[in-house]
Amino acid sequence: MDTRFALHGIDYLIMAVYFVFVLGIGWALRKYMKNASAFLEAGRSIPAWVAGLAFISTNLGALEVMGMTGSGLKYGMLTTHFYWIGAIPAMVFLALFMMRFYYGSKARSVPEYLKLRFNEKTRALNAFLFALMTVLASGISMYALAILLENVLGWNFNVSLLASAAIVLAYTYLGGLSSAIYNEVLQFFIIIIGLLPMAILVMADVGGYDGMQASLAPIVEGKGFAADTWTTTWKYTATAGANPMGVEWYGILAGLGFVLSFGYWCTNFLIVQRAMAAESMTAARKVPLIGAIPKMFIPFLIIIPGIAALVLLNDPGKGFTLPLNDAGQPIYDYTIIMLLKQYLPAGVLGLGITALLASFMSGMAGNVSAFNTVWTYDIYQSYIRPATGNKESDDRHYLKVGRMATIVGVLVSIAAAYIASKFGNIMDFLQTVFSMINAPLFAVIFLGMFWKRSTGNAAFIGLLMGFLIALLHHGLTMPAGATTLVKGGWLGVVHTYPVEMAQNFWTAIFAFTTAALLTVIISLVSKREKSDEELNGLVYSMTPKLDDSGVVWYQRPWFLALIVGIIMIVLSILFW
Amino acid sequence: MLDIRFPIGLMFSIVGLIITIYGLATMGQDAMYVKSLNVNVNLLSGIGTLAFGLLMLLFSDPVRKRKKK
Repeated sequence: MDTRFALHGIDYLIMAVYFVFVLGIGWALRKYMKNASAFLEAGRSIPAWVAGLAFISTNLGALEVMGMTGSGLKYGMLTTHFYWIGAIPAMVFLALFMMRFYYGSKARSVPEYLKLRFNEKTRALNAFLFALMTVLASGISMYALAILLENVLGWNFNVSLLASAAIVLAYTYLGGLSSAIYNEVLQFFIIIIGLLPMAILVMADVGGYDGMQASLAPIVEGKGFAADTWTTTWKYTATAGANPMGVEWYGILAGLGFVLSFGYWCTNFLIVQRAMAAESMTAARKVPLIGAIPKMFIPFLIIIPGIAALVLLNDPGKGFTLPLNDAGQPIYDYTIIMLLKQYLPAGVLGLGITALLASFMSGMAGNVSAFNTVWTYDIYQSYIRPATGNKESDDRHYLKVGRMATIVGVLVSIAAAYIASKFGNIMDFLQTVFSMINAPLFAVIFLGMFWKRSTGNAAFIGLLMGFLIALLHHGLTMPAGATTLVKGGWLGVVHTYPVEMAQNFWTAIFAFTTAALLTVIISLVSKREKSDEELNGLVYSMTPKLDDSGVVWYQRPWFLALIVGIIMIVLSILFW
Repeated sequence: MLDIRFPIGLMFSIVGLIITIYGLATMGQDAMYVKSLNVNVNLLSGIGTLAFGLLMLLFSDPVRKRKKK
């Protein structure tokens, strides 16, 4: 199957306009970058709606978009669990209960909160793992982009890789976090506008949602599932065998709805950093809620077209196919690319491709801008050159270090991208390993914020052991049909899961439980390390309640959270 | 600081204008629009994008300040 696109001059023109603006934003912001705080924390001056859109845009990288459309084809509406139950409760919780401590504690990063609440070694453990994870993720994103451009547009792999790295470097070096955030907002709108024509056309082609449902019935029954399995979310989750994801409702609730999503949305600095850049305490608490509203509707843009693609695949008259890999299996991640190719003529096609390029770059820029902050504040300032006390010269110095870290971060990402191109399995494995740091981190931060008794030593051991247990679980289990040790079982196989997703859920549940139990037990048997006064602003019960009476009612976080909750419940019932 | 609505508005106005003009120029080229279900998707999408861009511009700080003067 030919995946090549024939792009026309008009498509390149649209792409060029976009890149002029991307770089232009960085250029326009460079004059504000007077100190380290402006560069690494956006000077805590970003309006709530801008940070809110950046908040979800960071997560809406191209790998996510391509993966979710592919999952729509493979699993149907069950995929929306990643957008509704698997994101919204965590985002609401972050906004209502956690942001005030991240923002109010004056910590400049999540690792720094760990330092303030617990101790130096807990911060160090998290900071080093996080720094490694971000450059790795950025490298993998870069590699995926270059491969895509090679396969789809026929561009040279090395040129694509270096050119995209250079653009990302240019705008993050010039404008720091502000530039990354502004470009994420631009990218958010271009994704919506670029993909919308495709989403509307594919739905019109399959006869709307009802027509799609009718055409799906025989296809899905042929796979051995109930006729409406692909268009329902909770209906067939009573047993794992009744749905294509192979998980039960409690697995979805506990694994996805709790450990994985709370670990990701509430403790991943890459995400939380956007909210920490907000202009005020109220704004910071509103950021995740403002982001949650468009987040809930993204499935209509990327998941439902993927489901419609299943209808197209089974209708020879449509001439729609997916490319095959070496093993003869369809490459599901190419679903969205093939949909763009199927429906968009020159012009809007350029816009669609630009949307994908944009999401790749913002994924890289997000990682680089989180990396340089953690490097400068949590590693360099803590271990290499502490502040001297002279605020002015310190500020200038750390600004320079932040800028250097941006360059180094991009260079290491490029190296990681080349390693990924030679040893793809190693990178897959490392990414799996680093994905294990979130669940125990959430256990530790949660206990730290809401239980004044938890101690630094307990947190450190909980974090470390949670991570090791996750590794151990991954080493001892395997998803059915896995052929490489990257997927698990490298210590011997004790248990086999029906699907990889079930293995991921359980890895996270084990890691979270271990970290939580150890932190509680060790805290209880050791002496308290911090007094009530020292925990003011860091722990819920030790911090005065926030007074929102000065804020108009419709701007209050609780009101926004209510709206978000109602929309989520309505959507869940509509697509039950 | 820079109001992000200004560059966003400017960019989508330019891109919307380009696609609208292209849609007008390719009107009647039915073969090109067979894949998009015989709809001139460039014209429609271009107008939509242009409208979004202009709206963003209208609400951006630089434009509002100028109006006040």
